[in-house]
Amino acid sequence: MAKKVAFMQGNEAAAQGALYAGCTFFGGYPITPSTEVAEVMSIELPKINGKFIQMEDEIGAMASIIGASLTGAKVLTSTSGPGLSLKQELIGYACIAETPCVIINVMRGGPSTGMPTGPSQSDVMCAKWGTHGDHAAICLVPASVQELFEETVRAFNLAEKYRMPVMIMPDEIIAHMRERIVFPEPGELEVINRTAPSVPPEQYKPYDTKFGDVPPLAAFGSGYRFHVTGLNKAEDGFPTTKAALVQAEEERQVRKVDANIDDIVTFEEYMLADAEVVIVAFGSTSRSARFAVNEARKAGIKAGMFRIKTFWPFPDKQIKALAGKVKAFITPEMNLGMCTGEVKRCAEGKVPVVGIFRVDGEPINPGQILDKIKEVK
Amino acid sequence: MSGRYELRFSGAGGQGLILAGVIMAEAAAIYDGKQAVQSQSYGPEARGGASKSEVIISDGPVDYPKATVVDALLALTQEACDKYSHDLKEGGVLLVDSDLVKRLPQGNFKTVSFPIINTAKNEVGREIVANIVALGAMVALTGVVTKESAEKAVLSRVPEAFIELNKKAFQTGYDKALAASK
Repeated sequence: MAKKVAFMQGNEAAAQGALYAGCTFFGGYPITPSTEVAEVMSIELPKINGKFIQMEDEIGAMASIIGASLTGAKVLTSTSGPGLSLKQELIGYACIAETPCVIINVMRGGPSTGMPTGPSQSDVMCAKWGTHGDHAAICLVPASVQELFEETVRAFNLAEKYRMPVMIMPDEIIAHMRERIVFPEPGELEVINRTAPSVPPEQYKPYDTKFGDVPPLAAFGSGYRFHVTGLNKAEDGFPTTKAALVQAEEERQVRKVDANIDDIVTFEEYMLADAEVVIVAFGSTSRSARFAVNEARKAGIKAGMFRIKTFWPFPDKQIKALAGKVKAFITPEMNLGMCTGEVKRCAEGKVPVVGIFRVDGEPINPGQILDKIKEVK
Repeated sequence: MSGRYELRFSGAGGQGLILAGVIMAEAAAIYDGKQAVQSQSYGPEARGGASKSEVIISDGPVDYPKATVVDALLALTQEACDKYSHDLKEGGVLLVDSDLVKRLPQGNFKTVSFPIINTAKNEVGREIVANIVALGAMVALTGVVTKESAEKAVLSRVPEAFIELNKKAFQTGYDKALAASK
């Protein structure tokens, strides 16, 4: 049978990806430019006996998905910058309570209300540092409608596998553009479900490290009872201030991601084999970069692109390796230097890192990148 | 850049230009077997404000999803024409509503004008299909998608009760544009 093909918007594809992954609960509050995700979920979830709820605000929306996740559901919320700021308190709660959930944040101009309909890439730091305290972060930055579908499935997998919140951050261009998508058949993409407890309810502890760094999570309503709190907790879920327990618990939560970076970090290498000038780009900006690399190659310049697909954890290892081989990095981004700072950290002064920054609501066009390639080559 | 054809549909928010762009892209990507990307740019207003929808059609993958040099531009308001005509390609096509766009940009391109909105209102019967009249005209002037594919794409987007209205709007726009460009 021929595969199902559609011409679809990024946000719609993200919602379809969530459904493919088995999402059955959406709690949200509409905001441009992410609203289409909520729209599709509000239409589709009732058909599969799922639940869609529009909460009173973004804080309530984030709280609702944490609660729903603890009943065993795969859960989603979607928002944009101002909504992401509001969600941060509860994102921290999901981190410390180790609750799987997926947050789609479509990047528009900021800070605050900023430019509601303009594209931006200025929330990537908020994915890691938005909520306070030490915590792990996973943030995916897809660059096409097809990839937004697939990365949404992967976000659910990572959330379930590592028992933590996972963010997807398409910029407004990727979220609102329409292009062809080929839907994977059921079973074609891997779908991961959280590990259920193997012990009976009376022996169950929600943070029992005997089962590894990601302890099994029981579903409320399945006969298991446990305590959930935003305080530092012991294995049984109850608050503790015992120094050794808190230290170990905090380190374990960060280690869940740090020890599995190669499982989480994804990237694309484009024409890097002999590249002297390497563009490091993500999201829609990488599409301008690819265009520019192709044009540079036609002019005989050895340009290539390292495309970041997973922004957090950052692809340190790969960028460090490239820094030893190339003459310069160019980092175009729709913010004032967030990715550039990370690339500089990884480059360790070995090669120049030249940024191209735009925060005027206009995309970085291929011509701008091509000019910079010619300048630094 | 070869093999890349860039269209821009511009006017005021609420005129249905984003939909016109989507239909053009669907005609190319679904019915003509080409690759297409549609993107949009609009202000925070629900109605009014300059709005544009861009469509890139290519035989190969489309990387940069926005226009670089525009092959064909539709402008339904003076504001949109002033704002969005600067990167129209030499030898490109400019289609404007002759009632609403009085100041035309200077340049070496083919300008076609006819009263698009008035045609929808008085000849087709409903102002709301002005975007489909304009789409028919753009299909006629550019030839970048086949007429059959464009018509199929229009009809797949329209509720049963409005099929005849939209068919008429598309055909009228198509014919008027050809007549006006002679």
